[in-house]
Amino acid sequence: MDQDLRILVVEPDPERAHSIIDALTADGWTNLHVVGDVTALDRKMKTLSPDIVLIDLANPDRDTLEHISMVSDAKSRPVAMFVDKTDDTMTQAAIQAGLSAYVVDGLHMNRIKPVIETAIARFQVMRKMQTELDAAKRALADRKTIDRAKGLIMKARGIGEDEAYALLRKSAMDQGKKVIDVAQALVTASDLLS
Amino acid sequence: MSATHLNCGYVPLIDSAPLIIAKELNFAAEEGLELTLTPQPSWSALRDMLALGHLEAAQMLAPMSVAMSMGLGGLSAQIDALMVLSVNGTIIGVSQDMSKAMGDVPFADPTLNAEALLAAAKGKLRVGVPFPFSMHRLLFEYWLSDKAAEAGIEIEIVTTPPPRMADALENGLVDVFCVGEPWGSVAVARGVGRLILPSSAIWQFAPEKVLAVRHEWANENPETCGALMRAIYKAARWLDTGSNKPLAVDILSRSAHLDLPDTVIDPAISNSLSPDMGLPGEHVENFLIFNRHAANFPWRSQAAWIAARLNADAEGIETAKKSFRSDLYRQHLSTIGADMPGASEKLEGSMRHATAVASTRGHLILGPDAFFDGKIFDSGQEV
Repeated sequence: MDQDLRILVVEPDPERAHSIIDALTADGWTNLHVVGDVTALDRKMKTLSPDIVLIDLANPDRDTLEHISMVSDAKSRPVAMFVDKTDDTMTQAAIQAGLSAYVVDGLHMNRIKPVIETAIARFQVMRKMQTELDAAKRALADRKTIDRAKGLIMKARGIGEDEAYALLRKSAMDQGKKVIDVAQALVTASDLLS
Repeated sequence: MSATHLNCGYVPLIDSAPLIIAKELNFAAEEGLELTLTPQPSWSALRDMLALGHLEAAQMLAPMSVAMSMGLGGLSAQIDALMVLSVNGTIIGVSQDMSKAMGDVPFADPTLNAEALLAAAKGKLRVGVPFPFSMHRLLFEYWLSDKAAEAGIEIEIVTTPPPRMADALENGLVDVFCVGEPWGSVAVARGVGRLILPSSAIWQFAPEKVLAVRHEWANENPETCGALMRAIYKAARWLDTGSNKPLAVDILSRSAHLDLPDTVIDPAISNSLSPDMGLPGEHVENFLIFNRHAANFPWRSQAAWIAARLNADAEGIETAKKSFRSDLYRQHLSTIGADMPGASEKLEGSMRHATAVASTRGHLILGPDAFFDGKIFDSGQEV
């Protein structure tokens, strides 16, 4: 592997940073660095002069990185990878995965590509995990709301749990809404009235 | 006819109001557009998404579109500014330490604040701005660079995402900032800074954000271009109608596009800013203009001013001018009653007061557009 490449990962979340570094290490790169705190970015860029900088596309610190790259020495100036539109498939894959990369001008595509591909793969995994985590959190929150709504109906009507849920579901179907939306409306109304 | 779907990027700031109103009050729908507004995490991301075709249009920092057209910094692409979305609207503020060292200086006085700021600076001023290619930086430098050099004070520009500007001030990472609302008022509300100078005190009529599209896209989609421009023009006109302002604040705070409370939306919309915690709002004439005084007209001389401040040569200035599509503006907006100026360039800075000028319908009032130093910028043609 291309062990001389200096790779800098800009990522404030230590767990995510680890995950990216692990993936790169596993594929043979050794000269890896992380900066989490953007206030240290300027110094890090100067002392390290990385060949490649990897940063989440959604990270607002991209503008800071962009500025620092712009004013750094011309000979080692990293530029946004998207400038090189020669490999459109890779660019689109990076965007889909939520990765942006800055690469020193003049670095050969053959050297860059494996790094970016590894990073893309890892970003995809992280994104998938995040999506699943969000979905799980939402499902849990929905369940709590529905349970509260069921409780409200059981108390008000003096009926059992199954009956209360059946009532919720029927009401949702009649109105062409989701059960969670009807439950949420009931909980909100109850909060307002109590 | 089915609606044309259009993906438009923006950065959640008060001056993205014309896009939000165009969508929420159905100005876009009336033009046959199904407008999707996609918030962007950074200006770099917005630029990349536009250049790579993931966005059809975007609210862009005026100097960013000029810089892209001239091939400066990061990703370059031929970008056209179809219209100006907002004029002015940024504000300079200082940290509490700096505020104490400056002493009591009248709000919005460009000369006294410059003197006090330089006297209070210790060798260096760290200035937070949202992006290197922004009116924030260009106006700050126009205001203070020469005087700072005379005083032997170094100006260091520190790019800082606007939502973090108050933190940067509080943590001593910057001494002074120039930022768009609500982030100036947020710093005041948090008690970490004092506002000293609205950017309109530096240049009274500065193009702040533009509606940016790819040049080829504009060529290939003239109908959609026109529809989008008309929808946004109507939204801007609605926003600048005085009686609509309370409703505008309400709509902006309720819509999910900004995710901000009405208390920090109100100052910019009502042109009344509280310079320091506990102080009443001070009226700032023309703090943020959406439509009045032909604010939406993309003056080629404005592009030339920006290019000149970015050290462009004659060729670069010509490229910049061409990227401000006053031709398309005339073509698409004449039909809905937008009054058109006789020329597409003006002597920037020549109007100290609002001035009636020759126009197609004869009702056009321009300016004021004076610079704080009284200088006039001549873009070289058609004036």
